[in-house]
Amino acid sequence: MACFLVPATEAVVATVVRKVMEKTQDHGETVKVRLDNGRTEVAEKLPFARKLKWLTNLLWGGSALLAFEHVWHGEVVPWFPFLTAMGDPADKAEMLHEMSTVGVTMAVLITVVWLGMVAASSIIEKRALEPRPVKG
Amino acid sequence: MTLLICAFAAIIATVKWYKDAPEGNMKLGILCWMYWGASIMWLVDAIFEYAELKAEYFTPAPADMLNDAFLGLAVVALGLIIWLVWLLIKDPRGVVKAALIRKKA
Repeated sequence: MACFLVPATEAVVATVVRKVMEKTQDHGETVKVRLDNGRTEVAEKLPFARKLKWLTNLLWGGSALLAFEHVWHGEVVPWFPFLTAMGDPADKAEMLHEMSTVGVTMAVLITVVWLGMVAASSIIEKRALEPRPVKG
Repeated sequence: MTLLICAFAAIIATVKWYKDAPEGNMKLGILCWMYWGASIMWLVDAIFEYAELKAEYFTPAPADMLNDAFLGLAVVALGLIIWLVWLLIKDPRGVVKAALIRKKA
């Protein structure tokens, strides 16, 4: 009925946090990488704000397409109060129940997927930055 | 059906993004994020529906299936429109800019 509002709210919060982080944390951590040929190069690790953008992208994108689905089903309308379930107390209770179950699970699963992506990217970064033994 | 169509769109967009990376300047990432985000959300919806309907979930009425398929295609089209608008606004290859600004010989 309005389950997409929960991930959309998380998207708003995550976007605000990201904007604040982008202002305070200007660059990612700089590290020296030793290449196979013995040369060293300076590389920059992906800043956390950039990784947080992955989460906001998933949340905003998903919420936008799900909002369209709700318009399709006539659950969201372009006039006040925008949610048809708001007109009837029984529908309103059902809507709130759906938001607290389906909506919260959606937000949690998206966050879990994102955490998995952050963990995987950290492992990839770590492997890429590990000094490799020089052959020969 | 909506979930399936959206998931296939997400997979195709991701494969195309990977194929074009790292030089790819078609902003395909936005399509991947949108379709994956929606697919994950619809997956949750499907799990809750399955918990309620059990095996009946996999045998929808033809009319419902058609409506869901129609919705899935509409969602994919909406995603493509959002991506196209974003691509033209960002104009990473400068095509729009070049078309709008005439250079003096």
